[in-house]
Amino acid sequence: MSSETMSIFSPRLAARFDALVAKYPVKRSALVPMLLYAQDEIGYLSDAVIAEVAERIGITELDVRNVATYYSMLRFKPAGKYNIQVCTNISCMLRGGYDILDRFQKELGVGHKGITSDGVFSLEEVECIGACCWAPAIQVNYDFHDELKPELVPGILEGYRAKAGFPGDGSTSLGRKAEGKAPHA
Amino acid sequence: MADVTFTVDGKKLTAPAGTLLIDACRKAGIEIPAFCYYPGLSLQAACRMCVVRQEKVPKLQTACTTQVAEGQVFITESPEIAEARKGTIELLLGNHPLDCPVCDAGGECELQDMTFKYGAGESLYAEAKQHREEQQWSPAVFYDRPRCILCYRCTRMCGEGMDVWALGVQSRGVRSVITPNGGDRLDCEQCGMCIDVCPVGALTSGSYRYKTRPWEMKHVSTVCTHCADGCRVTLGVRQIDGDAVIIRSDNRDKGGINGDFLCAKGRFGFDFVESRERLSTPMVRNAAGKLEPATWAQALAAAASKLKEIRETRGGASIGVIGSNRTTNEENYLLQKFARTVLHTNNIDHARSTDYAAFARALAGHKDKTASLRDIAAAPAILLVGGNPTEEHPLLAWILRTNVRLNKARLYIANSQSIKLERQAKAVQGLPPNGYKDLTSILDRNDSDFAKAVMAEESLVVIFGSDFRGQGVEDLVAWGLKRGPNPDSVRFAIVGDHSNSRGAADMGLFPDLLPGYVPVTEPGAFAEYPGLPAAPGKTLPEMFAAAGKGDLGALLVVGANPVGKQGMDAAALKNTFVVVQDLFLTETAALADAVFPAASLYEKAGTVTSTYGDLQLVKKAADRAGVKPDFEILVRLAEEMGADVKALVPFGKGGVSADLGQSRGAQAGEADRHAVWLAAQGLEPRLSPLDPLAVLDEIERLVPGYTLDRINLLSGNDVRTELGAAQGRSASSSDGAGLIVPAHDSLFTSATLGRYSFALKDLERHQTQAVTESAAD
Ligand code: SF4
Ligand code: SF4
Ligand code: SF4
Ligand code: FES
Ligand code: FES
Repeated sequence: MSSETMSIFSPRLAARFDALVAKYPVKRSALVPMLLYAQDEIGYLSDAVIAEVAERIGITELDVRNVATYYSMLRFKPAGKYNIQVCTNISCMLRGGYDILDRFQKELGVGHKGITSDGVFSLEEVECIGACCWAPAIQVNYDFHDELKPELVPGILEGYRAKAGFPGDGSTSLGRKAEGKAPHA
Repeated sequence: MADVTFTVDGKKLTAPAGTLLIDACRKAGIEIPAFCYYPGLSLQAACRMCVVRQEKVPKLQTACTTQVAEGQVFITESPEIAEARKGTIELLLGNHPLDCPVCDAGGECELQDMTFKYGAGESLYAEAKQHREEQQWSPAVFYDRPRCILCYRCTRMCGEGMDVWALGVQSRGVRSVITPNGGDRLDCEQCGMCIDVCPVGALTSGSYRYKTRPWEMKHVSTVCTHCADGCRVTLGVRQIDGDAVIIRSDNRDKGGINGDFLCAKGRFGFDFVESRERLSTPMVRNAAGKLEPATWAQALAAAASKLKEIRETRGGASIGVIGSNRTTNEENYLLQKFARTVLHTNNIDHARSTDYAAFARALAGHKDKTASLRDIAAAPAILLVGGNPTEEHPLLAWILRTNVRLNKARLYIANSQSIKLERQAKAVQGLPPNGYKDLTSILDRNDSDFAKAVMAEESLVVIFGSDFRGQGVEDLVAWGLKRGPNPDSVRFAIVGDHSNSRGAADMGLFPDLLPGYVPVTEPGAFAEYPGLPAAPGKTLPEMFAAAGKGDLGALLVVGANPVGKQGMDAAALKNTFVVVQDLFLTETAALADAVFPAASLYEKAGTVTSTYGDLQLVKKAADRAGVKPDFEILVRLAEEMGADVKALVPFGKGGVSADLGQSRGAQAGEADRHAVWLAAQGLEPRLSPLDPLAVLDEIERLVPGYTLDRINLLSGNDVRTELGAAQGRSASSSDGAGLIVPAHDSLFTSATLGRYSFALKDLERHQTQAVTESAAD
């Protein structure tokens, strides 16, 4: 496949994939990293992502799905712009992980695997993320926030909302769009 | 590998080093339970049912992956092992619904059997079971997720066995499920092999599900009626409203060369038998020119009197006979004998799908040069020329794949198109569509990698089909025979289309050839046929041409549809008295003056010969009111015509009479050669003129190459016939190459029968949709 013309990935990622499949004795060894990078760029493993990855490796789409469905960190539906993963595994649980999760649910109005209507946040309850020493901890995309208390939650959300370029009242342009109204209507 | 000796449960066993313990034990009659292990498929070691204790090894070992070595000591049953197996079953049952009373597999379920044996009747697991709805993936395949025990037999069978790779395992832990390639639908060859190997009732068959309990069926092992590969099938039959109806088809006893293999046609395509369009009563054309139902007696009388009248007034040469590619050897033999000795005509032919006559001519005098399917299954090297076995000869494709996978056979393919079996090929040679004739010179030049590899093989099986005809067959065979006299230096297989195409040719449904490809002009042993016409008769198109000119007074068509399938002109028959024996009112039958409803291959007994020359016994499975086997119809027709039935079918004491005047040879002065032959073979005279075995006796006595291994045949095995037996004779004068019309049936079509199989049409529709959908993506 000529990655420049046909790829659904950015030229940079396509080039990275070209290198990756050549790196291992068998091409399919590149599968898991490819899925992860593809998800980072596209946001989730869409049918088009699966088709292109399968083609690049020379395996069936079914093979790709067999592997991808095994991993809970790979997803098949879009997540929010910021995917909040709250750990409730043992260390975090002992140090109030569930309170953190509850607070996020309350602030965002969504539960496990939910997405806010403006598409900015999604929430997930996850197992250990390897930050036990600083429990309770969460991971937002690739950033960690640790030694949390429930009252720190609104501030964290505010920070990301600002980064997303929206004021905090929820009546964002994306929010309006999501409700089917154009911003300047 | 060298044999090693080891001990199992105190018994000393010997097996080649490296044999899997489970196989070694099974061979020695020690049963080791297994869910994931399946012979011939890759090892999975997923279920832990096969655990055994090995001396000096700390943990229980899986017998399905343990290779035997010298001096090992194993225990296969002990309280510890029983406990471990029971634990495994208990875990499996954790989520398994206990719907055995309504499950298709109930009574045939390996999980049930194991639970019965190890008794995990109680569960410590008190959570609610994870229920998920059953899914339908295709008209043929249903999947009940909670019943699945994740043994991966289906995924491996589909991938390794079928080379389709349509099934996968998705998610993990208790959520793991088998998933088809189309997400919720299955885009595949629909062979049903996955259903067959499923040890539980997770995969069920669209045609069988919820129809019956397995123990309520009678199981009859017979031969598939669809293609020429000759799969053995086990038909599950039940009495319904006085008829014996086929409910299921598989190969339950794994007898036959196909083992557990069946394609979609063999497994699901039996429903034509029950088609509402089956004829069930004879019909005669009335004065108003319409076909109307008649009794057997009326119809037989009408047909017989007219045939007799035409023979007497216009001569046998004005009568034509067309035989079938699906009737038994006995019926085909009887039909040509009836034509030649009762109708006094050599105008007999059939729809030829490949040039067996040329093959016989090419091999005349060369014995042991044909390859049975068992030879192909064990051949170290195979040259496959033309055709597409995956579509047209599914069992051949299966045998080739298996031989490559398990025995590392080398497959060479020369073809004008790209075919799926190339994935198994060691080397491929592309040819232009009309370039098959150049293959031998390409090989002889020996300058390509392909040619070098093929020419370097010491032992080669050459498989070809209708891409070679007439002189083409002779040239190819002559080229092969140059490889030397050692039988294994070369063997040939020719592939034709229908379940008894080979039998039709072998039994002499030719205007110029008697059974065994003996020329009509030099009849040899067939000289005992009373009134055998000396000159060759007309071919199928010639009969229609004669009819068009008003020169064919009568035409008898048995299990063939020359008007619908061979494109013969219906109008040509308007002044011909036409008699048809068939299952359906085909285009040809619709023109007939008398129609007899015939039994299908599943409703009668006899033998058929696969395209590889393997002869097998056909047993009656289904029974249908109103129809009769073609054999019986012919005998009754002959009797009604006043023919000497005893001369036609040698039954009772004293069969056919030979001329008393013979003064030389082994049977000089014998009044009854058949009786002498029977006595010499230790066989009893047959008691009924309707017993096909009476004719099989005569076939064996008269037809070159049909010397049969009866013990094997009668115990349900395939036995060889020998094509090269027409010793040194110039087997045929005419060149039939122009008469060959291959059927090119696909995975879901089967000539006339396929038209009446709802199941096959449904599968074809499903697959066509799958193809259009993926093309639209
Ligand atoms: S029906 Fe045959 S080809 Fe289809 S999934 Fe099952 S094993 Fe594979
Ligand atoms: S569907 Fe049947 S064969 Fe396939 S994994 Fe499940 S239990 Fe095994
Ligand atoms: S391969 Fe041929 S003989 Fe075997 S099941 Fe299929 S159609 Fe019948
Ligand atoms: S338990 Fe939460 S990070 Fe390890
Ligand atoms: S049969 Fe050995 S682990 Fe399944």
